[in-house]
Amino acid sequence: MPTHTFTLNGKRVSVETEDDVRLLWVLRDLLGVTGPKYGCALGVCQACTSHINGKAFNPCCVPVGQIKATDEITTIEGLPATVDRDLHPMQEAWLDHDVAQCGYCQPGQIMAAVALVRRARAAGREITDADLDGLRNVCRCGTYSRIRAAIKDGATRM
Amino acid sequence: MTEPGRRRFLAYLVAAPTLAVAVPYAWDLADPQAAEAAPTPPQPEEILDLGDVQNLAAAPTSGLITVRVHTDGTASFAVPRAEVGQGMTTAVAMMIAEELDLPLDRVRVTLADARPELLMNQLTGGSNSMRSMYRPVRLAAATARRRLVETAARRWGTAADRLTTDAGVVRAPDGRTATYGALATAAATATTAPAATGDLTPRDDFTVLGTPRDRIDARDIVTGRKVYGADLRVPGALPTMVRRPPTINGTVAAVHNAAAVQAMPGITDVAVITHGVAVRGATFGQCIDALRALDVDWKPGPVAGQSDDTVAAALAKALPSLGPAPLLAKTVEAEFTFAFASNSPLEPEVAVADVRPGAAEIWASLKVPIVAQEDIAKSLGLPQSAVTVHVTEGGGSFGRHLFHDVAAEAAEISQKIGKPVKLSWSRTDNFRQGRAHPMCVSRVRAAYRGGDVVQYRQQHASTKTDFSHGLGEMITANLARLPVAGNATFAEIIFQLTQSSPYSFGDTRQVLTEIPLEFHTGSMRNIYSPNVVCAEELLVDRLAAAMGKDPVAFRRAYLRDDRLRAALDKAADAGDWGRPLPDGVAQGVGLHAEYRGAAVALVEVDCRPETVNRPIEHGVTGPRVTRALVVVDVGFAINPRGLEAQMIGGMADGIALALTSSLHIKDGLPLEGSWDDYFYTRQWNTPPDMKVIVMPNTRDTPGGAGELGVAPAMAAVACAYARATGTMPTRFPINHGTLSFEPLPAEPSTPQSPTDGLDRTF
Repeated sequence: MPTHTFTLNGKRVSVETEDDVRLLWVLRDLLGVTGPKYGCALGVCQACTSHINGKAFNPCCVPVGQIKATDEITTIEGLPATVDRDLHPMQEAWLDHDVAQCGYCQPGQIMAAVALVRRARAAGREITDADLDGLRNVCRCGTYSRIRAAIKDGATRM
Repeated sequence: MTEPGRRRFLAYLVAAPTLAVAVPYAWDLADPQAAEAAPTPPQPEEILDLGDVQNLAAAPTSGLITVRVHTDGTASFAVPRAEVGQGMTTAVAMMIAEELDLPLDRVRVTLADARPELLMNQLTGGSNSMRSMYRPVRLAAATARRRLVETAARRWGTAADRLTTDAGVVRAPDGRTATYGALATAAATATTAPAATGDLTPRDDFTVLGTPRDRIDARDIVTGRKVYGADLRVPGALPTMVRRPPTINGTVAAVHNAAAVQAMPGITDVAVITHGVAVRGATFGQCIDALRALDVDWKPGPVAGQSDDTVAAALAKALPSLGPAPLLAKTVEAEFTFAFASNSPLEPEVAVADVRPGAAEIWASLKVPIVAQEDIAKSLGLPQSAVTVHVTEGGGSFGRHLFHDVAAEAAEISQKIGKPVKLSWSRTDNFRQGRAHPMCVSRVRAAYRGGDVVQYRQQHASTKTDFSHGLGEMITANLARLPVAGNATFAEIIFQLTQSSPYSFGDTRQVLTEIPLEFHTGSMRNIYSPNVVCAEELLVDRLAAAMGKDPVAFRRAYLRDDRLRAALDKAADAGDWGRPLPDGVAQGVGLHAEYRGAAVALVEVDCRPETVNRPIEHGVTGPRVTRALVVVDVGFAINPRGLEAQMIGGMADGIALALTSSLHIKDGLPLEGSWDDYFYTRQWNTPPDMKVIVMPNTRDTPGGAGELGVAPAMAAVACAYARATGTMPTRFPINHGTLSFEPLPAEPSTPQSPTDGLDRTF
């Protein structure tokens, strides 16, 4: 079985499994990192959203064989360390707006939100309602309006 | 503020190393709303509603529930309920914090295992949790506080009534203090004995209850630390999935390549089970590969020949006539069809089972864990006491976890292969083989003479709703006590207990008729109300128009309930009812009273072509709710912030049910297989302006809140759509007639995961 080595939340990890096993299962089933959630494994619900080299992606749609040794994967567990704090400002905004209900989608929502704000900033602008409308993450509890408020607030703190 | 009935309670000091106080988990008396005078006689829901029945069922069989105080100064409580996002654990922690005088962050609330002696007291449903726990949990905490004070008084040789408490510390007038943690051991008892109960805090002195609080599990959620069923790590419980039949509840005829599949990478076991073929392996991804590789012949399920059209025809045939209208009265009449809908939560169904010879251990998010325990024990051939059922935190439920079919399936697989399993359904399984809200038809008619509405009739025909999770058993026990005459079925009783027209429309009758199709159905958040209320409210708008009245003014004039009227006035004012809007944009209002609560939704829907046709990749857009307001009165709002959250979620559900989300049944299987087929509300359909107003408390006790917002929200969206387009929709959701996606194949039952994730980063 091939060995796959990459950086996960700031640490080098190695794992043995077949090349075509999607990264989500490598994280959850083999490495025990369960912040990224399984919601569909179809690239639709976005509950597993994490970051690869700082960009948002769905680990459920990436065979681990495509991950390079130089890739840096960040899950919700590693997000605060990217800003050297106990909580990322977006997580703080989530707490201040008491966004979560069941909470299952929220790690993915937060990871997507951070990437959305970064993308807007890279384009030299702030997030808009159109950006928020384009977020695909499903929340079956329907917390969407608090998510929107938290992202706008979190963006001001980033 | 009096607390009627508290003298009935007896508290116990329970033998334990640190202070433990238990009280019977008893019912609180139903306090029927004063039924208003004729012309409309009180309907069953107003005398005794579903939550009250659950409380009655609880009465003679109550076990004890226990609040514990620990040496670290924290308190803990294992609540016999499921937490699935409704915020129940936060509200219960608030009750304990209030009466124990302890900061909220020092109260830990966990979910109790199945406790058979609690019988139907351990059922999460009918928006009943707050109502049934409000008094007993507070009483246990108040008694614990009293015991801590008495313990300090003994230690200091002073009178207990000279001592006070403050945030987890007992204080004496001379300045001496002792923390609860320091008193917890001394306050404990070696033998369980009755104890004098503490006094409940009067409502006017509350500092925690009734104040907006954040979720106690919020930090764990946003850091990814909260452990759901899918995240459990039980030794040896490897990922397990099931290849499922191409019709609902079909069965296996033959498997042709089990050995070859078992030899696939990572796979440890293949086993035929009741409704499919299970595979167990190192990762869920390898389980997906394996189940897709299985070569299986299937036997059809019980509804293999059914499609949307055949069910609609059966409903039309079953729908009774509305009967004669009063002489010389004018009438408005309408008929509405509501498609099947899915109650699937975001967390795919998951259960861990470790079945050994002579014993079994189960982990799952279960709203009726005792029934699960009983049923699984029977299936495994074990005594009930040999099956331990742990209730895990759930990633949503919306009614789905009333059923324990997934836990039972995990147990079946574990027993068959002799190893622990972590069974997960796939997303597609959830939509196609999960629980559906039944397709139904509502025929409504109002008759008026001059300025008076003299008759209201509603015939509601529905595909059978499965209540086999135990609600039936509970109702049976209390059948004789219900004010429902005749040989009503359980479903009819639930219908009568939850449905009640809020209007003074004279001779009023709402009747349920079920057709016995064996779809895999179940209660979905708010059960019958979204459909029944939507139909009634659309008719009320028609009636108001026919009688030349404004929709809000008309409703106001005919409402029988003062709380609803106050909420409606508030909504009309805060929502700027009647404000000028462009053509194609309109307001709509919907209202509903249930579970001792009242809610009014007021929305604005934009149906202009540029909005309806806004492009979103792989999504349906359609009309957009641009402003949404919910005004809610639940009597006493334990946690207004949590209550707001429930209303926001109710609005998202209502929008989905009115506009976008449904299951299309074709040849015995839903076509929907992913969240891009089943169009639950997404960001692009979320109201940019969403507001909730919690009315000042009108009662001393909390009503139900988890479901209350759905029905008025759906009705308001439907009414606004009708006014914006000038056409009253008669089929819901409005986009159901157009299939807006390419269905995933029926076989293999779970699609392969994409591999292009790195092309879609952002």
